[in-house]
Amino acid sequence: MATTVETARGAKVNALGLDKNAYKAAPSTLCKGCGHDTISQRIMNVAWELGLDQTQVVKMSGIGCSSKSPAYFLGWSHAFNGVHGRMPATATGAAVANRDLTVIGVSGDGDTASIGTGQFKHAVRRNVPMLYIVENNGVYGLTKGQFSATADLGQKLKYAGVNNLPPLDICMEALAANATFVARSFAGDPRQVESLLRAAFSHRGIAVLDIISPCVTFNNHDDSSKSYSWGKEREFPLNELNFIPDYAEITIDAAYKGELQVEMHDGTKIMLKKLDPNYDPTDKLNALRVLEEARQKQQFITGLIYVSEKERPDLHELLQLVDTPLAYLPEEKLRPSREALAELLATL
Amino acid sequence: MTVVLEKAPPEATERREDVIAGPGPKIDNFSINFATVNGSGSQTSNGVLLRALFKMGIPVSGKNMFPSNIQGMPTWYIIRLSEDGYLGRRDPYEIVVCMNSRTVADDMARVAPGGVVIYDDTLPIAARREDVTYYPMPVAQLVKEAKLPFELRDYIANMVYVGVLAQLLDIEMAEIEAAVSWNFGGKPKPIALNMNMVRRAFQWAEANLVKTDPFRVERMTGFNEGKILVDGNSAAALGAVFGGVSFVAWYPITPASSLVDALMKYLPQMRSDDATGKATFAVIQAEDELAALGMVIGAGWAGARAMTSTSGPGLDLMGEFAGLAYFAEVPAVVWDVQRIGPSTGLPTRTSQGDIAAAYYLSHGDKRHVLLFPADPQECFEFGWRSFDLAERLQTPVFVMSDLDLGMNVWISDPFEYPPTPMDRGKVLDLEQIREIGGSWARYKDVNGDGITYRTLPGTPHPAAAYFTRGTGHDENARYSERPEDWERNMNRLACKFNTARTLVPEPVADEAARARVGIISVGSNHTAIVEARDLLTAAGIENSYMRLRALPINDAVRDFINRYERICVVENNHDGQLYQILLSEEPCCGEKLVSIARCNGWPLTADWIAETIQRML
Repeated sequence: MATTVETARGAKVNALGLDKNAYKAAPSTLCKGCGHDTISQRIMNVAWELGLDQTQVVKMSGIGCSSKSPAYFLGWSHAFNGVHGRMPATATGAAVANRDLTVIGVSGDGDTASIGTGQFKHAVRRNVPMLYIVENNGVYGLTKGQFSATADLGQKLKYAGVNNLPPLDICMEALAANATFVARSFAGDPRQVESLLRAAFSHRGIAVLDIISPCVTFNNHDDSSKSYSWGKEREFPLNELNFIPDYAEITIDAAYKGELQVEMHDGTKIMLKKLDPNYDPTDKLNALRVLEEARQKQQFITGLIYVSEKERPDLHELLQLVDTPLAYLPEEKLRPSREALAELLATL
Repeated sequence: MTVVLEKAPPEATERREDVIAGPGPKIDNFSINFATVNGSGSQTSNGVLLRALFKMGIPVSGKNMFPSNIQGMPTWYIIRLSEDGYLGRRDPYEIVVCMNSRTVADDMARVAPGGVVIYDDTLPIAARREDVTYYPMPVAQLVKEAKLPFELRDYIANMVYVGVLAQLLDIEMAEIEAAVSWNFGGKPKPIALNMNMVRRAFQWAEANLVKTDPFRVERMTGFNEGKILVDGNSAAALGAVFGGVSFVAWYPITPASSLVDALMKYLPQMRSDDATGKATFAVIQAEDELAALGMVIGAGWAGARAMTSTSGPGLDLMGEFAGLAYFAEVPAVVWDVQRIGPSTGLPTRTSQGDIAAAYYLSHGDKRHVLLFPADPQECFEFGWRSFDLAERLQTPVFVMSDLDLGMNVWISDPFEYPPTPMDRGKVLDLEQIREIGGSWARYKDVNGDGITYRTLPGTPHPAAAYFTRGTGHDENARYSERPEDWERNMNRLACKFNTARTLVPEPVADEAARARVGIISVGSNHTAIVEARDLLTAAGIENSYMRLRALPINDAVRDFINRYERICVVENNHDGQLYQILLSEEPCCGEKLVSIARCNGWPLTADWIAETIQRML
């Protein structure tokens, strides 16, 4: 983990000596004001700040507006824009093939809550080491405004009419599938999104980040819970995060009772400032209760909703992989010897 | 149960070996049908007999006709002994071992005239045939006397017929014992329990049965020496292991599951890291076939040698991803161990019905590379070669096996160690990227073969990255909707497909000098075709044969077609799918092509192939 320094010339560079611009990519082609673009910006900021080596990052996505966004951040990273709802599968393959890669999956609510719900839940179940971002706007933007499975009950859209089905809650689905890190935020809250991203990058295993991301074109009506106005008025943060790199000294103000320190699996610490004094993000049952209560009140709570206290092995550990990425294994490690074949033939 | 026995079943009357002609012993040249109940452990007994006969040097083949069920439904296993070395399926059977009350009447009725019925003596003989010899086996009594552990009785009961057959047919007991020992991995207890049953049955038969039939076996030389006995799926898995597979994702489906079972058996044995014991491979059971191919593509893109194994219904689900891999140019290996479709079809019956589906898998313009292994040795070869091809061509490669080849045990030449180092294809590494000053384009055809250069994620250079997508793209992998970019890309992919023609395994031809008819076929039909050709030649029809080992075809196939007046395309499906593909790829040869296609769940027989070709000419 790195901090940023100011060079003699005044340009701010990170631990890799890189200017923030180095973390940019192609200019966005999404609609002006799209929540997805602000999320891209947050990812670039945090990656730069943490001194992330972009060449060791892969950006995986499915289909939809959200899935286009990896083209607009971290231009030095490989990316794979695959098929609709199936980002988890390609991400799983890439993560296992090269265990050194930092995997950022970017998905939307169509991808994750409809066509690819199965893959999403199975990736969570496998604890694929990756950051799984859902840019959730409750609407199909790229096909011009159909309801997604996260749309609010009773919501009205210009062409689609009234939605008469209850929404799927991505955080609850993640928890039900035994996610080890579940957070929700709002694209219009840069500080919280960045702090959650920092924590998520440090998490081992899958970190699910459901970011409500208003669609300015098709779903920014005041009565939509995925609109800017709704989000600004009805967001109820559970906690505030401070991210502390693992080499930094940790000081806790013992007098301040509203803070909770959570150690991430890579040794870094996050400090939660509890806005709700009763909220403990390591209590899964409570997390589910809080989510359900908020859902019933049509509120959305933000912050770190759940992080596992006990470690669950990630997919690399479950597969007992060698340290060298599978993709880099030389032929002598991949092809058994002539003698091995002769021995085997003798047994047939 | 009403059984009409006056009228022989139609299938049994049409066959050339129907009537066993002439007096004298019949040695090493007949078929035995084992009619049992599935889930009763008969597979062990049948496997032991097949192995013992193989080790006696007798050319044998075993075809398992099993139901899509775990316990209680009828199963048949047909062992064919052929002193001439014909290993294809053959319809009539001279000996039947009846262990299943539900099918016994039919099983007995279908035995060839002059044949033998060996039966569990608790089963009824509905109508005794004059032309058949009957031998009862007191299975229950022998099992009782053997004092077997109660829970094993049913399983070991099938060893009774092993002992009785050994006695009646002169199968060497030493080979039976060796086969039992092999089957149980040398574990003394099950070997002793099973051999005890075999010996008791042998002794009972020796003391109580008077042999009046002409069938027996004799040790042979000249055929099995140096050969191995193995199923195609195990061979395929081993080929993949020696091909350096490092990523496997799959979803269970008959008849493809045993391929992954074999991978999970051999990978830990042969590919654990010497120093740490850790795995140089990953096997993931996916949530469905769609995810399985998605994972394979993700892993192949990231630089691992990745594969999956599936069958028809799984192939359907893989369609969209197959198109992505083709268009985004990602290596992947897909084994399709074919079973009968459409739909769920007959899940435990063989077919070559996925040829067209695989060749054209996914929407839009594309054709895929298909390989057709004909025997276990070729399953092994294509097991490793498919990775070389997939990485060289940066495309999915489909290996088209089938249930007959994949799940049945075959006599095979031993596997050959890959003669060439792995071909990892056109991958630019850090040094090369530096050398060219970071200036490269993912989809630019530098060499004129349609194959472009790729980099692996994680290559530590700012210019190494590119954006992989299933959407339209230019040479730099940037999103593009420009018509000229789209066309240029598709033309290059077509050029790459032409390159594939020169890289895929060559067809194998065997041509007769005066032949006017040629046969084209693929895969596991091979054994039946070899035999059918002899039948045709005996009937005065000289013929040549080309076995395709891959699609797309190349000039050798066109030349072969041009050399003959008639080309019979033999395949185990209903619609003549290979025939249709040849017709569309070589339309000028169209009038020469004749489709010889059949599919009913069983492997093709030489008789049917020869008769049909004669009829069509």
